[in-house]
Amino acid sequence: MLKFNDPAISIQNVTKKFDDHTVLNGLTFDIPRNKITTILGFSGAGKSTLLKHILGLLKPSSGVVEVLTQDLGLLDRIALREFRRNFGMLFQYAALFDSFTATENVAFPLREFTDLDIDEILDRAHGILDSVGIQKISHDKLPSELSGGMRKRVGLARALALSPQIMLYDEPTTGLDPITTKMVNELIVETAKIHKDRGLTSVIISHDVRASLAISDYVAFLDRGNIVEYLPAKEFANSPNPLVQEFVNL
Amino acid sequence: MNPLTLGRHLIERLGTEVISGIDGVGRMTNYLMRYFYWQTKPPFRIRLIFDQLYFIGNKSLFIICLAGSFTGAVMAYQTYFGFKLINVDSLVGPVVAITLAKELGPVLAGLIVAGRAGAAMAAQIGTMKVTEQVDALEVMGINSVQYLAVPRILATTLALPMLAAIFMFVGNFGSWVVGTKALLIDEAMYFSKLGEFMYLQDIWQGLIKSIVFGFIIAVIGTYFGFQVSKGAEGVGKGTNLAVVWGMISVLVLDYFLTSFLIQVL
Repeated sequence: MLKFNDPAISIQNVTKKFDDHTVLNGLTFDIPRNKITTILGFSGAGKSTLLKHILGLLKPSSGVVEVLTQDLGLLDRIALREFRRNFGMLFQYAALFDSFTATENVAFPLREFTDLDIDEILDRAHGILDSVGIQKISHDKLPSELSGGMRKRVGLARALALSPQIMLYDEPTTGLDPITTKMVNELIVETAKIHKDRGLTSVIISHDVRASLAISDYVAFLDRGNIVEYLPAKEFANSPNPLVQEFVNL
Repeated sequence: MNPLTLGRHLIERLGTEVISGIDGVGRMTNYLMRYFYWQTKPPFRIRLIFDQLYFIGNKSLFIICLAGSFTGAVMAYQTYFGFKLINVDSLVGPVVAITLAKELGPVLAGLIVAGRAGAAMAAQIGTMKVTEQVDALEVMGINSVQYLAVPRILATTLALPMLAAIFMFVGNFGSWVVGTKALLIDEAMYFSKLGEFMYLQDIWQGLIKSIVFGFIIAVIGTYFGFQVSKGAEGVGKGTNLAVVWGMISVLVLDYFLTSFLIQVL
């Protein structure tokens, strides 16, 4: 298992049970800072549950989740909410607020969490939208008027609005056509590059093995609540683990 | 099926229903506690409360005025022909006014708001839930109950008494038009009897009821919105439950509130 000094996220012997059903089973692994790490796995392997633990939306039945050296179990409800501002998250279907325009969606976290005046907020929102490739003509469109790829871009812009330390991508390319998939993958790499100086850590939850190998620095494979393989992306395809081989060769 | 198996099935079914009922009460209690907790925590999003007041109050005005005026008018007609038989037709004004103030104003305004705004709340929040917009709020560190439920519940609690008061007013207007212009009750007598028999407590009773109804309708609407799962079908089911339980709550609570308020006012 890979070990890192000063990881961004450290999962230590985490078990999560829902009644009698064990979803995470003594899970232990680290996610390095300033890198792109993808967590692969079959449906029901526990990927979403792991993501919710990283965000502090679920508490482990046992074990410790440390994010940016902070043990999430030691934070109370209010402190945990404030701590979540360290995260940006791109949801599978972008999860844009459908009654807000693209600009309003990006401005939303700035309005909620900063003391900036409205003009500064709008300036910043437009700047972030420009940086993810949304043209001015689309700034005032509602999510329903945007294509799937554009919605992802706006979702990413909203996630980046508060300059998070950790970007989480939940199945970022599921359900997209090949061209949009390529665009989203390039966007993830580009975002990591642009924000590398301030140490942005990217974590991707995905089924897409090919894209994961192409864009990630490290790839972990989750099966039945445990990491069964964790390697640099370049070595992942050569893993001797039969489950990994089955997944890679699907 | 033999009687023993049938009996076992019935007992199992009954047990499942009881457990499900207790589970529902527990969830609702938990939801209410979360609401009261987050209601007192900053930031207080006044703009969102005004947005909801506009939607629940202002956008319901037309239907409230329409329902109120015709309810008052038809009440005047019905009571007139009954009262005429015993020569007390001059009491049409106060009877309609008291009925509107104590019962019809708060109950009908409550039913209209449950059907209109309660359903909209469940549908809006339910859709946000299934499209991960609620998750997006939580991930940003914004409590979804505080952001989505608190403004809606406060706004409905404030809006319904105002709507009920408008319902009472336009209902009395309808009654006055029908009573004095169509049924030719003496106008001076109409207002004199109204002043004689109508008390401020009657209006207070209706307003207090509508405050409680507004709170309950919004709690139920938002609760079923947050309970939604399983896509469009779940949103439809949540909306349906919000309307049905909102209306049932208004009608059942009306009885208990009436028996309580009659004692204290």
